[in-house]
Parts: sequence; structure tokens; C-alpha cells
Amino acid sequence: MSGMHRNRIKGQPVKRQLSFQRIMQLLSAALINGYIAGFQKGRIFTGGTKAVCVPVLNCYSCPGALGACPIGSLQAAVSGRRFPFYVLGLLMLFGVVLGRAICGLLCPFGLVQDLLHKIPVPKWTVPERLDRPARSLKYLVLLIPVIGLPAFAITKTGVATPYFCKYICPAGTLGGGIPLMIIDPALRSLAGALFSWKVLALAAVVIASMVIPRPFCRYLCPLGAFYSLFNRFSFFQMRFDKDACVHCKKCERSCPMAVEVTKNINGPECIRCGKCASVCPTGAISSGFALQESQPNKNRESSS
Amino acid sequence: MTNKSGSFLRAGVLGLAAALTALGLLRREHLEVAQKAVKICLECIGIG
Repeated sequence: MSGMHRNRIKGQPVKRQLSFQRIMQLLSAALINGYIAGFQKGRIFTGGTKAVCVPVLNCYSCPGALGACPIGSLQAAVSGRRFPFYVLGLLMLFGVVLGRAICGLLCPFGLVQDLLHKIPVPKWTVPERLDRPARSLKYLVLLIPVIGLPAFAITKTGVATPYFCKYICPAGTLGGGIPLMIIDPALRSLAGALFSWKVLALAAVVIASMVIPRPFCRYLCPLGAFYSLFNRFSFFQMRFDKDACVHCKKCERSCPMAVEVTKNINGPECIRCGKCASVCPTGAISSGFALQESQPNKNRESSS
Repeated sequence: MTNKSGSFLRAGVLGLAAALTALGLLRREHLEVAQKAVKICLECIGIG
């Protein structure tokens, strides 16, 4: 069962324990959205940590959010064709250290998708002829509504619209819009067509998540697109031992991102969730930080 | 990617990232981020 491991000894009750991935996801969600008073008061956190971008997609208008959303901040930072030194520097820092392990282990919206996928409804394997080209969409989302439009399409007031946040981001609707609308009647009275569109977009991602694993991460997330550029050389790496592999393909069947684990383990689509490692019967898959140059080993691949 | 080239690339990107972040802090860009993040983003929550 993904997210949990069963330890079954004959005659004894099944012990379930949370996987490392699930523990990290829950801790991260709690830490990043730890301002509980915000949910009670219907107000967002205004403390100093809001100057720091969190590494994950997490709306800064979520009542619990303690940090700034990197994608929201990036859109604001590029407006007026400015170069976003601080936001870009932080994003590169996160990317070079962890790559898409941020997606697999830390992102609260990734957690939401994982939990939705556990709902027992028929699942759909997206055909490769649809899946592969659709993976490029997230790079277009990064280039156009996140960077291009805020940089070049400025309104008469001189302030750029955060196009991704306004028209696409389901995390903002789920974490920010819906809780604030529930708590604050004044905000609720202002909801109109745009809010309806955003709820529809969120509903589409929710339904898709029940049927396809991680659809937002695969096809739409601009942050995942950015971090994917670092997967090949980030400090955190997945490792595959060719000699230990028995070609059972359990890793590829368990992968939520449909990665060809035995061929491209550090490819741009791997979110480093560790599911492949947890199902591998021979321990051929592991992960860790490449802190120092290791002796060349023809039997080991840390990247392909 | 060989181990050596990977190490150089990692170190290079890490250094560049740190430099960009430091430059951004000197330019007080973190205060702009905070200024945006402490207000409810009406576009983000679907009010526009």
C-alpha cells in the first residue's frame, strides 16, 4: 500500500507504519503551514519569515502559510522585465541541492495528490503517445504565465498580474481561496466568475488525481518544471545498481511519474519519492547526497 | 555525466545560486517578496 508499509508476521496483527516519504510530506506541510491562528482568525501571517520563499508550491495567501510562494514571488519579481536575483537564487539553491526531491518529499500539493490517488476508483494509465508530449506543458506554463506574461504584459497601473496564480494554480484555491472564503464573509461576497473558474480548475485536478498519479506534477507544475532542470546533477541523487537488478520491473510499475527507472533514474520526471526503492526486492535502488567524488564504478549508475 | 563533471557543475551552480541570492538580498528584493506575501493576494484566491 503506497505511503504505508505492512509488516506481516503470521498469526500476529498487521503493523502499519508510515513511509519515510509520507512522514516528510506531513512534517513539511505542518511546518510550512504552521500558522494555525490564521485559520481561526481568517487572517494571513505577516511575520518576517514571509520574506523567505519556501521551496514548494504553497500559496502565501493560505492562512497557515509562514513563507512566501516561490512561483507567486517569481511573477512579482520579473514584472517590468526585472531580473529576479533573490527569488531565482533561492530557487536554484533548492534545485541544485534537492532537485525534484522537493516534489516527492516536501510539496503539500504533492501530498494532496498522493492522498487523492489512494481513493479506490478505477485508475487510468495515460497512453505514452499522450503522456510524453503533455509533459512539455509544464515548461510552457513556466515560460509563459509565470515568466513571460508578468515580465512583458504589464497593466496600465504598472503592476503585473500573476497570471499563473490568477488563472491556473489549484494550490492557491485549495490552500488560500477556499479557507478564506469559508472564514471571511466579506471575501465570500466578492467571489465571482474568476473564483468559479478557479474552483473548476481545482476540481479537474482533484478528479484527475484520483485517476492518474500526480497529474499536476506531470503536466502543469511550473515549479516542478524548474526543478527538473537540476535532477541530473543535484546533490541529492537516486542510485541504481545494474548488477543487483533482476529486471522484475516492480520499480517502474510503482512509479507515480511513469519513469523508466532502470534506464533514466535521475531523469527530469523523477520526483525522488522513493517508491521504487521501497519495492525493489534486491536493494538495487537507493538515494543519497553526492557530497564527494566517488571512485568510478562501472556497475553503478548515479545518473544516465 | 561523469562524477567529476557533475561535481564541477553542482559546485558551480551552487556558487551562482548563492551569489544571486546574496545580490538579491543586497538589493533588498526580499523586502519586496515580504511586501507581497503579507497581503492577501486577491488574484491567487480567485477574486481578481
